[in-house]
Amino acid sequence: MHSHDRITVPAPVHTAPPGGQLPRLLPGGFAPGPASLAEHVRRYGHAPAPLRDWPRRNALLDEVERSGLTGRGGAAFPTALKLAAVAAQAAPVVVANGTEGEPASAKDKVLLARSPHLVLDGAVLAATMVGAREVVVVVHHSVREILDQAVAERRRAGLDRVRIRLVTGADRFVGGEASAVVHWIERGVPAPTLTPPRLSERGLGRKPTLVQNVETLAHLALIARYGASWFRALGTALEPGTMLVTILGAVNEPCVREIAIGTPAGEVLSLAGGASAPLQALLLGGYFGRWAGASEAVRLPFSTAGLSSLGAGPGAGLIAALPADACGLAETARVVRYLADESAGQCGPCLFGLDAVAGEVQRLADGRTSSLATLRCWLGQVDGRGACHHPDGTVRMIRSALSVFAPELERHARGWCCATRKGAVLPVPPRRPR
Amino acid sequence: MSAAAAVAGSQGLWLVSRASGLSLLVLFSAVVVLGVAARLGSAPRRWPRFVFPEVHRTLALFSVAFLALHVVTAILDPFVTIGWAATVLPFASGYRTLALGLGTLAVDLGGAVLLTSLIRARLGYRAWRAVHWLAYLAWPVAFVHSLTAGNDLGVWWVALIEWGCAAAVATAVLARILAGVRHPAPAGQPSASYDRITPPRGALR
Amino acid sequence: MTRRLRVDPIACEGRGLCAEILPELITLDDWGYPVIRAGSVPDSLMTDAREAVKVCPKLALWLEERR
Repeated sequence: MHSHDRITVPAPVHTAPPGGQLPRLLPGGFAPGPASLAEHVRRYGHAPAPLRDWPRRNALLDEVERSGLTGRGGAAFPTALKLAAVAAQAAPVVVANGTEGEPASAKDKVLLARSPHLVLDGAVLAATMVGAREVVVVVHHSVREILDQAVAERRRAGLDRVRIRLVTGADRFVGGEASAVVHWIERGVPAPTLTPPRLSERGLGRKPTLVQNVETLAHLALIARYGASWFRALGTALEPGTMLVTILGAVNEPCVREIAIGTPAGEVLSLAGGASAPLQALLLGGYFGRWAGASEAVRLPFSTAGLSSLGAGPGAGLIAALPADACGLAETARVVRYLADESAGQCGPCLFGLDAVAGEVQRLADGRTSSLATLRCWLGQVDGRGACHHPDGTVRMIRSALSVFAPELERHARGWCCATRKGAVLPVPPRRPR
Repeated sequence: MSAAAAVAGSQGLWLVSRASGLSLLVLFSAVVVLGVAARLGSAPRRWPRFVFPEVHRTLALFSVAFLALHVVTAILDPFVTIGWAATVLPFASGYRTLALGLGTLAVDLGGAVLLTSLIRARLGYRAWRAVHWLAYLAWPVAFVHSLTAGNDLGVWWVALIEWGCAAAVATAVLARILAGVRHPAPAGQPSASYDRITPPRGALR
Repeated sequence: MTRRLRVDPIACEGRGLCAEILPELITLDDWGYPVIRAGSVPDSLMTDAREAVKVCPKLALWLEERR
């Protein structure tokens, strides 16, 4: 049937907008390979000197708060609040989360592959700010070697006062969830754990743990150098700064780009060479995100506020373009099947419920059923009943599909499908034997 | 007190001790069988599932009364010298050291299971479960004690009860083993960490 | 002061004893796992609620107190 590889890590080819400050996180121009320590220092200068005293640490914390930096892992939680919560505890530990379990997303891999030192700077800064002596950096296996070299470079230069430990992330969808990352580091089990207690109070090795997405830490490293006002120069007032976005699907050059938050979605697509075919819909935010009709979505700013009118959000920074000649229901069914298989299998409603839901969505896509009653009932039974948000995110995506692809549902019920495209659009890893 | 009365009194105590001991074996066997039934989640039609765990608990607590009777009458019996230490220290009795020692061992093991079950919520699931496995050791120890410490196996109905209990427990254990073999954890389920399932502080038990 | 019944979905194995003891507040979904009615546990059901917490073989149910 459909076969699809993981999308390979694309090389960003940048044409910096005139007069703008982009790109910030990714190196300008086409640089083969990661930025070495020397190149990193040449471009950004050194990170601020170790923050030995509290007044200076607090000053930096205030700066982060003024910058309005929020998490770039999908939840968009105010970073300053998280830092403060962990800094208030004794003997914390910092986890830099670059697992990126979502198969369609590549931004963290690209960031780590291109600017590893920026991420490491940010991780070390975060550690000093919260008083941690160790940083655990969890990275995708495809960039592990690059990070090994980067850490070795820093060690040779005697750069950091905190210990940096590298761990290869679990190759599972739920592996990127914060508590799953901690569980993975501790016991090699990529399964979320129940919170309470919150990770900021009790996490890795029972210590207060700060888990931060690698992109967030990269922004932190720049805020520490250039200040909050510089950070806020791009983006919107409510959502300042830039973000990395993975653009894939029916675009000419699928890639990762850095955008100012609030850039219209259509413009974001043009950064990837524009649509390669007339578009039907956009999947915004990732596999836990929402579908939206293409014509309405392209005009909206790519930000939480901008997309909220469609009930969508930027999520973990992803736009997937669905062409008009593909079947939205079939794509959704494939993704839901993948998400159901990727359940950690700890909670009954998720393990059994998502499996049942996946089957039902497939039946709808195949036109074998036209009734939504069973599906809607099950969606209600699955939503919010797991230890993590895996079932919730899946339900959200399905509900948006039912809304956006409603006309297609009707056609399928009568035995017709509009799609003419043969291949799949959204990347789904091959089914793993359980 | 006349010697005859003393002997009669001793005989009485001895009788009560043996009778309570036999009843205890029956109760203990029932507790084990019900415990396995509770674990397997089985329930006859029309009976709610909570019957097995609840009766399992009730009988276990009830058997403590019989245990007290069994132990006290044995120690108070002037015919034999057992000593109070032997109630908790295995093999501390001069009389029939091995046989009674096994009984004491069974009490120690069973007592641990019972006490941890009473504070189960505070202890946490993992610790409670680990100690509970000792029940599978306590029963055979108690059984061997019942075979060696008493003299009544010659009586046909005593032997019937003894071996009947053994058969019941053996069946239950077999069922438990088969269930563990036939229904492993759902495919793809990673070994869950049990640390976090302890209810958080501040929760009302 | 509100008292909410909470279930640990990781520990829960869907044995269903809680729903038998407290059917007013706990129903089972299509796969045998408990769905707990939202809101505080009324005083009249507190005894049954405590019993449900005690009977759970996996200690997956608990009463959460919140002022």
